[in-house]
Amino acid sequence: MSTNGMESWAVDLKDIGAIYPFQGTEVILVILGVIFWIGFHVMQARVEASELADAERDFNSEHSNKSIDRY
Amino acid sequence: MGNNVEALTTVFTEFYYWVTVVFMFLIHVGFCMYEVGASRRRNHMHTLMKNTMLIPLVTITFFFFGWWIYWAFPNGPGFIGGLEDGSANAPWSPTMATNLSDRITGVFWAAFLLFSWTAASIVSGSVIERIRSTAFWIHAVLIGSVFWIIDASWGWHYAGWMVKVLGYHDAYASGVIHAIAGGYALGVLVVLGPRLGKFAADGTPRDIPPHNPWLVTIGLFLIYTGFWGFYAACNVPIISPEVIDGQITGVTWTATNIYLAPTTLGAITFNFLMSLSGGLLVAYIVSKGDPFWTYSGGLAGIITASAGNDLYHPIQAMFIAGFGTYCAYKLHYWVERKFKIDDAVGAVAVHGYAGFIGVVIAGFMLWGQPSSPYEGYAAINPLGQLLGAIIMFGVLGFLPAYIVSKIMAGMGILRIPAKAELQGLDHHSEIAYQAAVDDVTNAERELAAAQK
Repeated sequence: MSTNGMESWAVDLKDIGAIYPFQGTEVILVILGVIFWIGFHVMQARVEASELADAERDFNSEHSNKSIDRY
Repeated sequence: MGNNVEALTTVFTEFYYWVTVVFMFLIHVGFCMYEVGASRRRNHMHTLMKNTMLIPLVTITFFFFGWWIYWAFPNGPGFIGGLEDGSANAPWSPTMATNLSDRITGVFWAAFLLFSWTAASIVSGSVIERIRSTAFWIHAVLIGSVFWIIDASWGWHYAGWMVKVLGYHDAYASGVIHAIAGGYALGVLVVLGPRLGKFAADGTPRDIPPHNPWLVTIGLFLIYTGFWGFYAACNVPIISPEVIDGQITGVTWTATNIYLAPTTLGAITFNFLMSLSGGLLVAYIVSKGDPFWTYSGGLAGIITASAGNDLYHPIQAMFIAGFGTYCAYKLHYWVERKFKIDDAVGAVAVHGYAGFIGVVIAGFMLWGQPSSPYEGYAAINPLGQLLGAIIMFGVLGFLPAYIVSKIMAGMGILRIPAKAELQGLDHHSEIAYQAAVDDVTNAERELAAAQK
């Protein structure tokens, strides 16, 4: 038994196609991948909104001028 | 692979595309250097991360649906037919994975993916120092994995409806990558607005010089380098007439452009270098030796000539490049003054205007030439190219960017608040950085004191 159906390389390569493990789970993998992708955007948007709110709250003109002067 | 010639051809093609991908990676290194060099110190890390993170986002979405769009949409769908069968390129297909019976899909997918990164990265430069990462990364996915690949399916696919009906010819992507990305950038910029301080109260534009001109120019040099890989990746390296299965007779194997029409690496090497030179020479004169615009002009020159660089004479490529560069430079400043558009790196001009002009010029220069080796396709013509340029820049570039940006602005997620923009987009990370520096230096001072 092996996770991709290959138990030795004593084969004619013209008969071999996919060799990744757990073939047949591709659609589930795609669904999980899309959730991972959308999840990134959601989490990132929350973090950025929070950081920008902090930046607005912490604003002071002295620090701002220093930042501007650094060019 | 049935015999040794077929095996060698397949493995050569696999390796060829793989090498182009590595070369094209330099485009992205260049864009990152260029953008960071153009931004001010208080925005460096935000600028870098904004561009860097488009790599994974466009990559995974191009895997999930972008590549399938290319193969499924050549008919529109709905213009000259329905959806094509793209199942072999759907994300759940066994050929979109480790598969010993398919050596080409992975490297061909990757070559197109690198074009996708480029399209998104072109937009990235123009919006620096005031766009939220949240907004930009959604735009990156849209331009990189949706809109550009729709235009590729329509006008950069051997069976695309624009090629069949309009005779559209754009061998090295003046329109397919550059005009659409420039148009998309303009659509975002119109809604996003200029950086604070860019325009005086009376509307006079101020120059915002790059904080590090060296980094900008080295970045552009790297983009030139990656552009070689881009050109090579637009070709099919070796193919026999019977595999093309079109009108070509005889048994002479050839390289082809993306439409499977014959070309040579020699031809595009001549024209790449001559169009680079035409752009550099004109940009130097028109900008009075400004390094930023001279380098950008080299790029604009190549982009202008790219639509027909498989067929032009090298001296034609040089003059076409020079003309496009001149127009792009003049248009940049005219649009800036007239419409108060702050395109931080001139991306709309270098990619959008130059690409648009290049597509139109190809219609006149290549008028009547076959757009494809297949029977029944329209010949290359000025009207087809003009319509193609409008579709690329306007319909698939500017329009969706403008609409999506309007929605984002309405939701309050497009632009950085003014206070944060003035304080710098790295404010949060700089505080964390300084706290870490203070912490470790205090600890080291205490250790040093304990040694006495």
